Amino acid sequence: MTQAPNADAVTQAFSDIPALLEAAPALQTRGRFLDCDCRLGPMEQPFFVSIRAGRIVEFTAQPSLMRSWRFSYRATPLAWSGYWKPMPKPGFHDLLALTKRGEAVLEGDLHPFMTHLQYFKDLLALPRLRQAKAAA
Amino acid sequence: MNGEIEPMVGRYVHVDIGGDMHRIYFEENGSGIPLVCLHTAGADGRQWRHLLTDRELTKNFRIIALDMPWHGKSNPPASWNGDEYQLTTKRYTETIRAFCKALKLDKPVVMGCSIGGRIVLNLAIDHPAEFRALIGLEAADFQQPWYDTTWLNRPDVHGGEVCAALVSGLIAPQSPKATRDETLWAYKQGGPGVFKGDLYFYRVDGDLRGKVQKIDTAICSLYLLTGEYDFSCTPEDTRRTAAAIPGARVTIMEELGHFPMSENPEQFRRYIAPVLAEITKATASPKQGVHA
Repeated sequence: MTQAPNADAVTQAFSDIPALLEAAPALQTRGRFLDCDCRLGPMEQPFFVSIRAGRIVEFTAQPSLMRSWRFSYRATPLAWSGYWKPMPKPGFHDLLALTKRGEAVLEGDLHPFMTHLQYFKDLLALPRLRQAKAAA
Repeated sequence: MNGEIEPMVGRYVHVDIGGDMHRIYFEENGSGIPLVCLHTAGADGRQWRHLLTDRELTKNFRIIALDMPWHGKSNPPASWNGDEYQLTTKRYTETIRAFCKALKLDKPVVMGCSIGGRIVLNLAIDHPAEFRALIGLEAADFQQPWYDTTWLNRPDVHGGEVCAALVSGLIAPQSPKATRDETLWAYKQGGPGVFKGDLYFYRVDGDLRGKVQKIDTAICSLYLLTGEYDFSCTPEDTRRTAAAIPGARVTIMEELGHFPMSENPEQFRRYIAPVLAEITKATASPKQGVHA
């Protein structure tokens, strides 16, 4: 039986992303032309993320009121826990598979997301590496 | 191995398609039953390179992989005036039939993937007597769109990067990194607007809902194989399509996505080899099912 995804665990895993990115120079290079403020994370309370030259310079769960953002990618705890499995199941293995199945929502000005689509796929998959190492 | 030369041979054939002469590149290897392989949208015939060098399968099949016009080494025709490229059901069907005719193929098997899988269904609807068997990979009569294709060709988005990044999610996570990267490389190399133009057929012009019921598998056998990780053409899409076609054979392939022959050739072989063996057997004994 599948264990119910824990929202706190999802939030904790998201909190690790800035440090994981700092340890991923190739991914930073992929995003070297990217400057963007966006919202990423859990459906109810996404993180506010500021990216400059491919590096995260601000990452907060409690953004100030009325901050602007270009786009938002939010997903359910089920989606995130499935996406981060060392070997994700069909339908949980890609950000756009999740939007197609209704487990995630993509909103706003999608231009920075689409110009750096592989960057965002890989950025949001970083907790998978940690889970794979933990499972090894 | 250093110095190894692969056995497939690549050549160009001049083909009249709808009154326009095209110079079509194809690679082939093997002898026996002609097996024409169709690549996915926005890619080219290199996707079939592992099948083309399969020592066992090429004993019974003359495997032929072409680059569709505008793709790979098949340039746009000299008559092209620069208009937006848009593949249509009519044009795609004409191209395959003209190619087979130009090579004088005797009742070939046609195997296509994605858009190639969709057009295989149309061949089964309109021209079944011309083919020995038809194989649709990642094929369905219709699929729900999951992104806006205008992102694929606009000056402020790198076409190669966005095409590859979009389809990267269609590859199964079990597929080896080298073959995953090679599959995506073709998408990074496509001409501007070609992937988008192929999807005109897929999304707009090639909706076969309500038409596949006409397929008669007594005239030409139909095999449909879909990877479990394909969320573009899902296993459910293929099963729904097959449910309307008496005699259609469905296989859901584990640990494979939208590009089975190129993303994980070894895994794909486990599924396609029995299908080709069945076609070989039926060709030797025509009364057993596949009409030679």
